[in-house]
Amino acid sequence: MASMIDIKRRKTSIESTEQITKAMKLVSTVKLQHAKQKAEESLPYFHKMHETISSILAGSANIEHPYLSTGASDKKAIITVSSNRGLAGGYNNNIVRMIRDSKWNKKDVDIYAVGHKAMEVLANRGYHIASDDSEMINEPSYEDARILGEKVLKAFEDGEIGEIYLAYTEFKNTVVHIPKLIKLLPVEISAEEGKEGEKTLMNYEPTAEEALSMLIPKYICSMIYGAFVTSVASENGARMQAMDSATSNAEEMISTLDLAYNRARQGAITQELTEIISGAEALNE
Amino acid sequence: MAENLMKLEIITPERIFYQGDVSMVELTTTEGEVGIYPKHIPMTMIIAPGILTVTESDGTKKQAALMKGFLEITQDSMNILAEVIEWPEEIDADRVRQSKERAQKRLNEKQEQVDLVRAEMAMRRALVREKLIE
Repeated sequence: MASMIDIKRRKTSIESTEQITKAMKLVSTVKLQHAKQKAEESLPYFHKMHETISSILAGSANIEHPYLSTGASDKKAIITVSSNRGLAGGYNNNIVRMIRDSKWNKKDVDIYAVGHKAMEVLANRGYHIASDDSEMINEPSYEDARILGEKVLKAFEDGEIGEIYLAYTEFKNTVVHIPKLIKLLPVEISAEEGKEGEKTLMNYEPTAEEALSMLIPKYICSMIYGAFVTSVASENGARMQAMDSATSNAEEMISTLDLAYNRARQGAITQELTEIISGAEALNE
Repeated sequence: MAENLMKLEIITPERIFYQGDVSMVELTTTEGEVGIYPKHIPMTMIIAPGILTVTESDGTKKQAALMKGFLEITQDSMNILAEVIEWPEEIDADRVRQSKERAQKRLNEKQEQVDLVRAEMAMRRALVREKLIE
């Protein structure tokens, strides 16, 4: 059995860890509330954006546009949205696993990283990191999303990449976060989704083609921004959960150690008593 | 809904900027300045930097600096999806003056072409903001 002093030392160490995890849980709870609110506030914009793009595409089926067909290059760009900090359970790992499971050849993939964690792992595994905009995820703004969106669109127009994907974590609710990999370019919106918009005949000023080339970049940027805010909410949700289970694990360990400590203490007292008694008896003889 | 009103909704990625029934909306699109009354034909237009004037149901006018985005007119409603839009009280006069000076300087220097286009856009935005807060 470990000595009393060892058990005590161990217990103190776990107690201070517990304090840290507890504090982190509280912090991420508060952050989650903010992030959740931000994600909810941005929803109307994305719904409308998606609706409009769908209805344009549905209403003008035979438009020829560079944004609607795969580029000349075989390369795929993946915008990976992860976090800059760890201790968030499987949050970052899920993104990495999803990209690994996509079965794409590593050579054909350019990673546009937002968030250190997934970037480091992917770089170690031999993926090519085309750009690193990790600071964007600390305080995501629409402006950041626009800058990144313009960067990937430029690479698409220059023929460096042929397809653009977005890997992020969707925030369903506090406990359910779903990693997702969606295609941004070429735009693929199914015909059924666009059907609703067909009811009214829409006019475009300037022409539908010109409207499309101005709207699609906006669509891409808003998708990226949407991925940012929902990922931040997921990150904090995942961290909250991870820290919650870490705290309860710590509590469990502390109570086991308490038991062991008390048993050791009792053993020590019993032993001491036995020694005193046997000592006294030896004197009496 | 009354005969001469339409529902206007202005949304940005960060918030719902404005919601209400209005009798007229004036703004600048890539094709020029337009005024839109209720019962307009369905139309989608791209926004250019300019002042947005909303005439509410009781006749009061509200103005905002609308920089970027697009708008969609449907049967009895109008949606503006704005990327950048500000009420006059949200505009910082000092910042406007600084960005105007910066843009002016860049325009005078005339370096690369890309910079010129950007400086021109910045100049236009600064002018719109300046006009609004006057």
